[in-house]
Amino acid sequence: MGEAVVGAAQPVHGRSNRPRNPGMPLAPDWFVGVAVNRPAAERRAATLTARRSIKKEHQAAWQVNAIRCMDLTTLAGDDTEGRVRRLCAKAARPLAPHILAGLGLEPEEVRVGAVCVYPTMVGAAVRALAGTGIPVASVATGFPAGLMPLPLRLAEIRHAVAEGADEIDIVITRAHVLGAEWQALHDEVAAMREACGPARLKVILATGDLRTLTSAWRAAMVAMQAGADFVKTSTGKEGVNATLPVSLAMVRAIRDYAGRSGHAVGFKPAGGMRTAKDALNWQILMKEELGDAWLAPDLFRLGASSMLADIERQLEHFVTGRYAASHRHAPA
Amino acid sequence: MPSVREALSALDYGPSPESESDVRAWLAAHSAGFGHFIDGNFTAPGTPFETRAPATGEVLARVSQGTPGDVAAAVAAARRALPSWSGLSGHDRARHLYALARHVQKRARFLAVLESLDNGKPIRESRDIDIPLVARHFYHHAGWAELVAEEFAGMAPAGVCGQIIPWNFPLLMLSWKVAPALAAGCTVVLKPAEYTPLTALAFAMLAREAGLPAGVLNVVTGDGATGAALVAAPVDKVAFTGSTEVGRAIRRATAGSGKALTLELGGKSPFVVMDDADLDAAVEGVVDAIWFNQGQVCCAGARILVQEGVARAFAARLARRVATLRLGDPLDKSTDIGAIVHPVQLARIEGLVAQGVAEGAVLHRSPCPLPARGSWYPPAFLTGVEPASVLAQEEIFGPVATLTTFRTADEAVELANATRYGLAASVWSENVTVALDLAARIRAGVVWVNATNLFDAGAPFGGWRESGFGREGGRVGMRAYLRPAASGRGGRIETALPPPTAAPAGLAGPGEGIDRTAKLYIGGRQLRPDGGNSYAVAGRGGRLADLVALGNRKDVRNAVEAAHAAQGWAAASGHGRAQVLYYLAENLAARGELFAGRLAALGATRAAAAAEVAAAVRRAFWYAAMADKYDGATHATLTGHVTLTMPEPWGVMGIACPTEAPLLALVSLVLPAVALGNRVVAIPSQTGAPVAADLYQLLDASDVPAGVVNLVTGPREELARTLAGHDDVAAMWYFGPPEGAAMVEAEAAGNLKATWAESRRRDWTGPAGQGRAFLDAACGWKTIWVPYGA
Repeated sequence: MGEAVVGAAQPVHGRSNRPRNPGMPLAPDWFVGVAVNRPAAERRAATLTARRSIKKEHQAAWQVNAIRCMDLTTLAGDDTEGRVRRLCAKAARPLAPHILAGLGLEPEEVRVGAVCVYPTMVGAAVRALAGTGIPVASVATGFPAGLMPLPLRLAEIRHAVAEGADEIDIVITRAHVLGAEWQALHDEVAAMREACGPARLKVILATGDLRTLTSAWRAAMVAMQAGADFVKTSTGKEGVNATLPVSLAMVRAIRDYAGRSGHAVGFKPAGGMRTAKDALNWQILMKEELGDAWLAPDLFRLGASSMLADIERQLEHFVTGRYAASHRHAPA
Repeated sequence: MPSVREALSALDYGPSPESESDVRAWLAAHSAGFGHFIDGNFTAPGTPFETRAPATGEVLARVSQGTPGDVAAAVAAARRALPSWSGLSGHDRARHLYALARHVQKRARFLAVLESLDNGKPIRESRDIDIPLVARHFYHHAGWAELVAEEFAGMAPAGVCGQIIPWNFPLLMLSWKVAPALAAGCTVVLKPAEYTPLTALAFAMLAREAGLPAGVLNVVTGDGATGAALVAAPVDKVAFTGSTEVGRAIRRATAGSGKALTLELGGKSPFVVMDDADLDAAVEGVVDAIWFNQGQVCCAGARILVQEGVARAFAARLARRVATLRLGDPLDKSTDIGAIVHPVQLARIEGLVAQGVAEGAVLHRSPCPLPARGSWYPPAFLTGVEPASVLAQEEIFGPVATLTTFRTADEAVELANATRYGLAASVWSENVTVALDLAARIRAGVVWVNATNLFDAGAPFGGWRESGFGREGGRVGMRAYLRPAASGRGGRIETALPPPTAAPAGLAGPGEGIDRTAKLYIGGRQLRPDGGNSYAVAGRGGRLADLVALGNRKDVRNAVEAAHAAQGWAAASGHGRAQVLYYLAENLAARGELFAGRLAALGATRAAAAAEVAAAVRRAFWYAAMADKYDGATHATLTGHVTLTMPEPWGVMGIACPTEAPLLALVSLVLPAVALGNRVVAIPSQTGAPVAADLYQLLDASDVPAGVVNLVTGPREELARTLAGHDDVAAMWYFGPPEGAAMVEAEAAGNLKATWAESRRRDWTGPAGQGRAFLDAACGWKTIWVPYGA
């Protein structure tokens, strides 16, 4: 932290001094009986983005902000240290110099929120990002299914933190939600939070497995009560990943939790978002449902791998007035 | 424009205006003013009036004030076009409607921009809601045009239609009026609202481009005087959407004219939030209800009723949400709240809110700034509004909802129904058992469950009570532009009867058997008339047939109260009502000789009397059969939505019987009404009233519950006037002379009850005496939308 950032009042990447959500004992009355009406949520999600339009300089700014809030991610079986180094280089310099210049921005102003990798790649990412201030996030706890004994999952968290991870993206035991075993879910997440130590905890609900919006809402509330710093939709490996309706349900849970506990918890949609238009849509969701504080990387992350390429093309078009080609940009 | 860096630190939306250049060019090309569209051509501009952009107050165009002469020319053109248009095959008409739908889509953005400029509504709404629904309406009715001959066998087009539409959804209301009319084979003279005439004029140009034959659609612009001229013109049907006040005036103006009439009027629709609702969803529902189209929506959920346990949480969420609405330039794509259509409307909103606040209501308004120019009102809601407040009763027609609490579902229903209106309702509960209970019990033409303001061309829309009568959309809506091909033409006109007198006329009496006293039948009891008098009914050979009770106003009042008390009848199953009607038939057949004898004494031949009784028995069987078969439907509207329509009885109906066929006509009118769950106050044939005394004994013997059928004999015109003017009678059927029909229709304007007034004699023994048309007239329709998704 502490880099001199030209013209920006807020951190341009995810490392934050924001007080953490301390969590609380399980309070079922905060979520039992709450139901999310799916057709209504879908209607809101569909009209939300049709109600707002962002053009020209404003649109460019929102696209840059999406980069700042991006967890640039590689979570593939064929990841290598070389692949991770390439991703980190893109994370530090996500836009080509002529685009940055055309936007009138300095390189320090445009960096991704974090780089997200598997635990065995954390060391490589930490080395590659040294000096950039960009945090490293690691998935853990038997990602993506999480069906490993709890001690092993906790050990995995500790390993990743020891390797230098600043943030840990854990997966929950879906069975706890499907079986309404809320205390078990709370205990599990609280234990993971403890294992994280100083690292920020992002709790992946895997909403595609939970199916209903009501389940997503309730699981998010339990995760926050257990001390989550972020709640996150998906691993990217479920059949359905981040959608606007499920995101709407979760950010409304965040709003309720903030209203009752006084603690702001971040939100990270992940998986399935590929376009610059998606980046705008999810930011509109945050601004409308939670407010401007949730447009900064300490409270909002976009978990994406291919979205950056589309944003870079859109920004080049903004700068040059010509439609862009991805092969002229550095790959992530 | 700010720099990207500045925009990055603010992260606001910035301006995003929709281009208006094409619309401006069109307006500039017509800067000399618009004429009317008559017989396929635009007339030279007449006396102009200005239409302005509500957002700025600037003059957009000069439009012609339609004169009675203009209206006459347009109606004449429509009349000339009628034979060839109605003579086209359904398929050929379908091709025209299809072309209109296509042309609307091809000009979609132009029409959206023009609508937003002229009306002040946000482009998001005109672009995403109004115009797509317009196209959908023409597509749907292209289908009806194709099918009308098969689906509505025996029906003919209503004829030339005069249609008057409001300013809140100008082009959408045009489509709701024009599409079914053209599909049915009617021709149209349309008067758009004076505040918002431009999209109708643009549509007329589209119709020309689409090749619609001359005279089929005519557009005459102007103010209320032009509308009045159209109502008075020789049209066959008048269709009006607008204020209840004007609707009432039209009801009076058309009384006795024989013109068919449908009215879609005001509302004060309830928005019920139960404590198990998804509160965030319900808050968005409010946004889509009262903060849609600046609250200038007849079906807007203007009365929010919240269960006490969640009232504070709900109000807090509502307050947060209202602050995030963006008010401003209607053509900006990020605008939620546009301009109020006219300074007159703005003043009305401000006046009503000020009055409510003076009565103790607390105003919670959005903190959004208002532009310096134009007509604006911030989105708001009011708490502390008691049901007696002016705000809970009067339609505000602005972006202002009232918030009132309730304790139980029963109380929610009571508050929801405590209104002169009955257009729409919105019910929020995650419990389908509770939600559907409320949907069933709230008196409204449309009920949205966990949703609001959903529309589709296939789903009937329209109101109860002072929200008007008639439906638009779907099969029921099509029926409003059709009439029976056979009846209603020919037949002798019923002649006026002198009122009966209590003074003895000295007719020769029968002098045999035991004297009987024919009484009134009210609430299941045989009662002497309030006035303490009887009148003589003459029978065969001018001899005295019987003395019957001479009912008066108070007897009618008592009968209406008794009918209301019998509301359990409406809740009975169709099967249960059928059982009673079958039993009635059984008992009628068993007493056939008695009834035949009475009819003979009244002057019928023996054969005719026997035939009348036999027909009455069959009629009872037929309506018993229909009691559990005349039912609703599910409609193919939007995916993920169950859209139901169901017939609901009017409630308490008044029925004034014709002179002839005293048994059969009465049975033919009363049975369809009670088969569907209505309770009836019937005025039996004034000259055949002795039948009533036999009939009430039959009703007693047949387990017809007390109050379901009430019989008040006496002066038809006086009793009918009392019934027609009664605010707690929901519908009135009248069969009598033209002056009586006119009187009934005019009196009905008071509470805008539905009427069926006919002066031509029917052959009650034939097909004209029985059928679905009677059942159609004995009920209104409720459309219930239930979106689903686990």
